[in-house]
Amino acid sequence: MRHLLSTKDVTRDEAIALLDIAEDMADVANREVKKLPTLRGKTVVNLFFEDSTRTRVSFEVAAKRLSADVINFSAKGSSISKGESLKDTAQTLAAMGADAVVIRHSASGAPRVLADSGWIDAGIVNAGDGTHEHPTQALLDAFTIRRRLHGSGARGKALDGVTVTLVGDILHSRVARSNIWLLTTLGAAVSLVAPATLLPVSTTGWPVSVSYDLDAAIDSGPDVVMMLRIQAERMNAAFFPNAREYSRQWGLDDERVARLPAASIVMHPGPMNRGLEISANAADSAQSTVLEQVANGVSIRMAVLYQLLSGSAA
Amino acid sequence: MTARTVLQQADIARALTRISHEILESNRGSSGLVLLGIPTRGVLLAQRIGAILDSIEPGAGTVGALDVTMYRDDLAKNPTRAPNPTDIPADGIDGKTVILVDDVLYSGRTIRGALDALSDIGRPRAVRLAVLVDRGHRELPIRADFVGKNLPTSVEERIFVRLLETDGIDEVAIE
Repeated sequence: MRHLLSTKDVTRDEAIALLDIAEDMADVANREVKKLPTLRGKTVVNLFFEDSTRTRVSFEVAAKRLSADVINFSAKGSSISKGESLKDTAQTLAAMGADAVVIRHSASGAPRVLADSGWIDAGIVNAGDGTHEHPTQALLDAFTIRRRLHGSGARGKALDGVTVTLVGDILHSRVARSNIWLLTTLGAAVSLVAPATLLPVSTTGWPVSVSYDLDAAIDSGPDVVMMLRIQAERMNAAFFPNAREYSRQWGLDDERVARLPAASIVMHPGPMNRGLEISANAADSAQSTVLEQVANGVSIRMAVLYQLLSGSAA
Repeated sequence: MTARTVLQQADIARALTRISHEILESNRGSSGLVLLGIPTRGVLLAQRIGAILDSIEPGAGTVGALDVTMYRDDLAKNPTRAPNPTDIPADGIDGKTVILVDDVLYSGRTIRGALDALSDIGRPRAVRLAVLVDRGHRELPIRADFVGKNLPTSVEERIFVRLLETDGIDEVAIE
């Protein structure tokens, strides 16, 4: 694997291999010395043009656990706020000898531009680009589902037959797009539930079923309910009347959680709007995997960095 | 290329039985022994030695696996390798006598990686090395404490250790 730009490019075997490596990486977190010497001497640049807490810290922890050197670079307080172009920034990083660039950008496709342009020779990891994709989030979601379903015997397994319902702001969600491709590749059946205004104009070509009624979706007893964040920063039009109405119709409240089968899990990529798309009780219940997702994120990102940076350039 | 079988099933069984007795003898009993196999075939050999130890002195065979992929010094020179699971027994390795088990001892670089990996997991009282085949050509100052068979080889030759669990047959062959 040279770059990780989109889960659409990831084959089933590659995805399972990444999840298996992440299982081994997860063991490192339980050891006395939480560090592997694998990427000693490699440099990972976190290039963040958009705000982020967990993704940036997660990539930083992952790179450091593999003994890589990490440079954090955010748009605020850098020459980008002086108007430097992506090209010049990339070439500057290349001149400094970056081996991998983890990029988050508000423009969909920015990581692809970086990977294809020839400005920089490093491996590119997409850490979220506009409303396009967020592949490591989807990988960690798949990893979390697989661990909950299969426990310690999860190695080598896919997600065949698992039913996953994504609820909320599909229109703006890169997490949803990455998950749709990856979970389908792994054999899961994905359905979407959202207000019509928060769905893309067309979902033909997406391997999903679409409905508008959360109560009916809950009563069908999905294995996984994944709540998506209402992205206030992208709410540039009247997508729903007001927050209270959204929460009544499409929020995972206490009553809806109680109706879910006991074995179902509730996921949220974070950061959560408690009381809007998910109630506090739902977020803190035993069915919720929110904190597991964060812990698993480090393992998955270690696996991705390992795949990208170890091995000869073949 | 001609293939030649140098150890057959009975030879392998005898070698492992002898190694097991030597381990018990040098350790003066079975207390504090932890067998860690290096994937993939080292783990199977460790399990076999563990079973033999258990039949001589019940409770002696604590067996685990130690993956060294992340500690190899040739990661940058080869295609990316998939790591294997590491399985450290629940009691840990602090203060224990760890016996590393591998199928073939060659350059010694895998064992160097294993020693690095061990020091990240804990501090054993002592570390010993058991191998089924020692083929020479060491590149590091490392030697085995327990050897199934010394096989003087040339660098061009390749050694294949095949075990029932993975290859359907127990044998060691030179090609």
